Amino acid sequence: MSVLALVDYVEPWWIQVVKSILIFAVGLQLVPVVLLAERKLLGRFQNRYGPNRVGPFGALQPLADILKLLTKEQFRPTTSVGVLFALAPIISILTAVAAFAVIPFGNAQDIFGTKVGLYGLDVSIGPLYLFAFGAIAFYGIMLGGWASGSKYSFLGAMRGAAQLISYEVSQGLALVGVIFTAQTLSLTGIVEAQGGMWYIVPQFAGFLVFLVAGFAETNRAPFDLTEADAELVGGYNTEFGGGRFASYYFAEYLNVLVVSGVVTTVFLGGWLMPFGIHPPGWVDPFVVLFKMGLITFLFIWIRATLPRLRYDQLMSFGWKLLLPLATLNALVTAIIVTATH
Amino acid sequence: MAGDLKQPTEATPATRVDRFGAWSPGEDVIEVMRTPGPGATRGGWRAFRETARGMRTTFARIIEGTTTVQYPEEKTPVFPRFRGRHKLHRFEDSGLEKCVGCSLCAAACPADCIRVVAAENTPENRVSAGERYAAVYEINLAQCIFCGYCEIACPFDAITMGHDYELSDYDRDDLIFTKEMLLAEPLERTPLRNEDE
Repeated sequence: MSVLALVDYVEPWWIQVVKSILIFAVGLQLVPVVLLAERKLLGRFQNRYGPNRVGPFGALQPLADILKLLTKEQFRPTTSVGVLFALAPIISILTAVAAFAVIPFGNAQDIFGTKVGLYGLDVSIGPLYLFAFGAIAFYGIMLGGWASGSKYSFLGAMRGAAQLISYEVSQGLALVGVIFTAQTLSLTGIVEAQGGMWYIVPQFAGFLVFLVAGFAETNRAPFDLTEADAELVGGYNTEFGGGRFASYYFAEYLNVLVVSGVVTTVFLGGWLMPFGIHPPGWVDPFVVLFKMGLITFLFIWIRATLPRLRYDQLMSFGWKLLLPLATLNALVTAIIVTATH
Repeated sequence: MAGDLKQPTEATPATRVDRFGAWSPGEDVIEVMRTPGPGATRGGWRAFRETARGMRTTFARIIEGTTTVQYPEEKTPVFPRFRGRHKLHRFEDSGLEKCVGCSLCAAACPADCIRVVAAENTPENRVSAGERYAAVYEINLAQCIFCGYCEIACPFDAITMGHDYELSDYDRDDLIFTKEMLLAEPLERTPLRNEDE
């Protein structure tokens, strides 16, 4: 079995180059959009406008923020471990970008007579690839927190590690049900298997578990214990400033997009439209982006609603509720799939 | 059930002991449940239900709309009794100043921010309606506490508290308002609120 999914066409090398540049250009442009959308929506959730001073409707606010961060002085505490301190944000951003590569934005299209898949690459082990990079992403947080040489950062990083162990198990098990039903590990294959019905309906429990674990995976409220600004100052990124802090920030929002993309692909039917509508191929990426936007909205909505969990609540919720639920879901799905085949 | 309100019984036992023999606060005490109920199913359902309720609450805020006043562009109207920057007044018919330089405002001022130097009116140079007029009338707004005592002390209603409140400046000296500045109409009028608003 090869690493790449079996497809009946070969893309020339230059198409792959153009494709990767295009996907990352679009993907990285989405980050400031999400940043702005979050701040504006959080404002609206609190009867405020949110940023609306920089540029038309505050549209240049993320640009101004990032410019401000990038022009700041690079510094590090004397107690920090230099190489790891510089490396950690890079790991964070790298894994987020790598995970973004496998999210399919559409089926293979004929563009000027060449067959092109609207995704970075279609790995035959889609979810495993995502989990692998999700796991490596925590090295960004772990190393960053540990290498800072600060107690707050260290505590944040330790919490991050414990959170990863608790929630990635449930996240994986939540997807097992989908994989049983679709009988493939390729993300495009999973989307195509949802032609009859999106997996959010038969796999609703899996969807909920995956979403909750996704919140924990991206360190977003209510699971942002690694940052916990009230108790840990800023958690793992306490000692980071300037461009390095911007990298962490960037990676966080890219991770939100990645989880939105995975939820879209796995549970919301990817580029498929409901009610049997089959639009031309160029609409596919917009359908995916729209669905990703919905999930991102949910992320922000949850953040505006829920307070941060206490650490023991986080642990007991992960182990006592999510894990049994995900296991049960996988078990029941397995029995049904076996019985109906 | 634990969360239910228990009806107080007729005869509360004098010795507050529950059926296991441990001390109990009594039947009439309502137990407040602060943690999810026992069991994963109940806790999970409770967490889900309460989350949905919270999300409905936050979404209602979006529908409600914003309450922000976009300050430099929009201003909150002030009430007529608002005590802002002082104003000196003239008689509308003759154009003479109302202030006669009696220094009662300066005497009443707890912050000691008013300086009045009086001078005699002459037939050639008639400034005010009385015998004397204020040759110098200065209010140091860096010291003023906007208590309005000067307004109350004034026997001729020559000084009143206006409605302007945007008084910050880069230099303390610029906050000393002279008579000419206090007599002049403010460049920008502060929006006024009706009494019933």
